[in-house]
Amino acid sequence: MTGPGYNFAYLDEGTKRMIRRAILKGIAVPGYQVPFSAREMPMPYGWGTGGVQVTAACLLPEDRLKVIDQGADDTTNAVSIRRFFERTAHVATTTSTTAATVIQTRHRIPEHPLREGQILVFQVPIPEPLRFLEPRETETRRMHSLEEYGLMHVKLYEDIARHGTIATSYAYPVRVEGRYVMDPSPIPKFDNPRLSDCAAIQLFGAGREQRIYALPPHTQVVSLDFEDHPFDPGKAPHDCDLCGAVDSYLDEVITDDRGGRMFVCSDTDHCTCRRAAGHSGRLAAPLPAGRA
Amino acid sequence: MGAVELGISAGMKPEGPLLSVRGLTRFYGARIGCADVSFDLWPGEVMGIVGESGSGKSTLLSCLAGHLVPDAGEVILATGAGPRDVLAMSEAERRRLSRGDWAFVHQNPRDGLRMGVSAGGNVGERLMAVGARHYGDIRARATDWLERVEIAAERIDDRPSAFSGGMQQRLQIARSLVTGPRLVFMDEPTGGLDVSVQARLLDLLRGLVREMGLSAIIVTHDLAVVRLLADRLMVMKSGRVVEQGLTDQVLDDPQHGYTQLLVSSVLQV
Repeated sequence: MTGPGYNFAYLDEGTKRMIRRAILKGIAVPGYQVPFSAREMPMPYGWGTGGVQVTAACLLPEDRLKVIDQGADDTTNAVSIRRFFERTAHVATTTSTTAATVIQTRHRIPEHPLREGQILVFQVPIPEPLRFLEPRETETRRMHSLEEYGLMHVKLYEDIARHGTIATSYAYPVRVEGRYVMDPSPIPKFDNPRLSDCAAIQLFGAGREQRIYALPPHTQVVSLDFEDHPFDPGKAPHDCDLCGAVDSYLDEVITDDRGGRMFVCSDTDHCTCRRAAGHSGRLAAPLPAGRA
Repeated sequence: MGAVELGISAGMKPEGPLLSVRGLTRFYGARIGCADVSFDLWPGEVMGIVGESGSGKSTLLSCLAGHLVPDAGEVILATGAGPRDVLAMSEAERRRLSRGDWAFVHQNPRDGLRMGVSAGGNVGERLMAVGARHYGDIRARATDWLERVEIAAERIDDRPSAFSGGMQQRLQIARSLVTGPRLVFMDEPTGGLDVSVQARLLDLLRGLVREMGLSAIIVTHDLAVVRLLADRLMVMKSGRVVEQGLTDQVLDDPQHGYTQLLVSSVLQV
């Protein structure tokens, strides 16, 4: 795959130009879904074809790329996309959040605050937050253009009526700069507060649905809620068992078939850095396999 | 016309008509949908539109409610800021109107309800669309309205698909009226219901319309419905209004040949 036959970062320059125009429009109108003519990518839909195209359009030879999947740098999706750009763009890659200039992510925002100059690219399966209540695309577009967002609260109302609390725990709808309601991609609602006033550029790419949207730096993003049921980011009532972090998003890992479990940071880079800095959690010793 | 002395517009200022329609015309290609329809609707007045299938009743109603764009004519609505031509409004304004100030009751409740959303959510949607953001308040008002349309409060979390046809229609009415509209458009509100359910629904509608001082335009082919509900009647044939006047006057002393035919073809059981 290396060598001739591929342009830098796989896509041809005309396509990148088209995607960049969509990105610029998205940044100019935060939260607005810009249509673009997504290309077939050498990976299946649902594996980040939208995110990959946005990343390809943003990458420069001197960039340093980090790819995460559910916070981890070593899962299949992350490894394959990182390898894809190593081969087609020959860019440097990293697992460090602070060292990276472009971060493509699936379902998480890194724990470490992003800085100015970084670009965070989200993979989005369904960009339309109103889709499950209003199946007609013509109608949802009109609702966006006329700012008719009552329906979004109907979804939250249904949650409370059925579960007693807003049970939507990921892809939690947000309102951008008091205008567009946006689906923040399936990040946990724990990450929602980080969308707001972020110093980095946040780009969202949906390949199958052919939409790009964006949040420029320091955009105000508010999670929707009711006055008597305010937004709650939620957090598992545990500390990380490896690095002892009390404020990170945790994965529950089943360790045996007798009820043993541990909670670890979903952001592997965050956890590794904290352990290297001397923090340690309940099970931080070199882990014996199958410990109860 | 004789709306003021009906005495149902208590609390409203009967200074002028709520809605005045002038020369409303809609063509479907070369065919006439409705042609040159003019009338005034006064606050608190219920107007019936009757006629056979294809006479242009539903076309007229859709044009009035903004679902169809008429080819000619004007629809002037009295608003807080003076009379406005509804057809000249921007779409955003018109849709704001249709969320708050007026409501549309469809013949088939499935067209007016969200079948995948609970009864409470259906009633609450209009409240949330006009900015209600307090769950407890929304739920309390939804419960209140379900009771007013005779749906048990404990069914609030059931979906409309679990309701009978008559309940669905009552739910649609609750959903339409919860924001306290001034004007309600109803397209065959009792169509497709059996006779006893129709009677209860009509009773309920009559109560609500009188109690809230609503203005309403009811399209139907059922003369019993207009006899019960409407103050004034308009008879349509082939897209044109052939006769209009007070309901009892038109039904008891029809002048136009078609109206005479219509009145005489009602079955007497």
